[in-house]
Amino acid sequence: MVVWINGERREFAPDARVLDALGALGLPQKGVAVAVDGEVVPKAQWAGTALVDGARVEVLTAVQGG
Amino acid sequence: MRSGAMTITEQTGQGRVQDTVHGVPVQEEVGAEPDVLVVAGRPIASRLIMGTGGAANLEILERALIASGTALTTVAMRRVDAATGTGVLELLNRLEIEVLPNTAGCRTAAEAVLTARLAREALETDLVKLEVVADERTLLPDPIELLDAAEQLVDDGFTVLPYTNDDPVLARKLEQVGCAAVMPLGAPIGTGLGIRNPHNIAMIVEQAGVPVVLDAGIGTASEAAQAMELGCDAVLLATAVTRAGDPELMARAMRLAVEAGRAARGAGRIPKRYWAQASSPDLD
Repeated sequence: MVVWINGERREFAPDARVLDALGALGLPQKGVAVAVDGEVVPKAQWAGTALVDGARVEVLTAVQGG
Repeated sequence: MRSGAMTITEQTGQGRVQDTVHGVPVQEEVGAEPDVLVVAGRPIASRLIMGTGGAANLEILERALIASGTALTTVAMRRVDAATGTGVLELLNRLEIEVLPNTAGCRTAAEAVLTARLAREALETDLVKLEVVADERTLLPDPIELLDAAEQLVDDGFTVLPYTNDDPVLARKLEQVGCAAVMPLGAPIGTGLGIRNPHNIAMIVEQAGVPVVLDAGIGTASEAAQAMELGCDAVLLATAVTRAGDPELMARAMRLAVEAGRAARGAGRIPKRYWAQASSPDLD
């Protein structure tokens, strides 16, 4: 299935979870937050939340600003 | 005309000095220990709040943060990439500076609320510097979206510090919906134009029951001191330091200016006079 992560198109197996997506991209898992289709997915639910085909995943962290 | 305008300033200043700041008499608060900024019940160990935006690199930022003496510093929330990682967070953790996530770049209440929720999740803080700007050219707050977002975030348990226009009415409404502070601009973000409407800032201070933080527009140290002399409880700035010729030295200047302005405010300035008044005794 296709999942959009931070605007980039990625292919995943149909049973992929949020945690799999982070791991596959080598993203840090501390100091980041995840939203799927505009809803925050708390860290405790990353392993249990299944992604669906076409899901839009945003992974954010703190950067210099303000 | 000129002396008339001065009299108004003088009366406002005096009224406030003899009055109280958030229930504490000014004269007793300043000079006596401790004179600590408190936001929503949490003490913040500096009245200079720094931003991290605009620094050429983390090394320069680190030196500036140390020289500023800041205890609270803003960060923005952006898409992570494996290459850059979370360097600024590691720096703030190492310096033991509390992190204040902002919602910079958000144009609507919905975007700002989602960004604040992501920041809370990523950074494990309920503090948020709420920014909802109307357009790229002015970066001025959109008051309608701002108030809407503030209300939603307060209801969701956030400690909301809104970046707002220098509008006493909007500041009052933000306080009424439960914001923990109000942060009026001195001038548009990054302009360094100083405090364009000191009287509005003074009016916001006069009526506020929560801390007032002058946020944005500061260009140099005298303007940070002016904000504190007007009665602001703190100053938030980034560009003035991070894009200065010598960020570390400017950070030190800002720390001293905030301290000086705070002391001057508490000390109670002399009334302005139209004509001279000798300070030496008359000749015999």
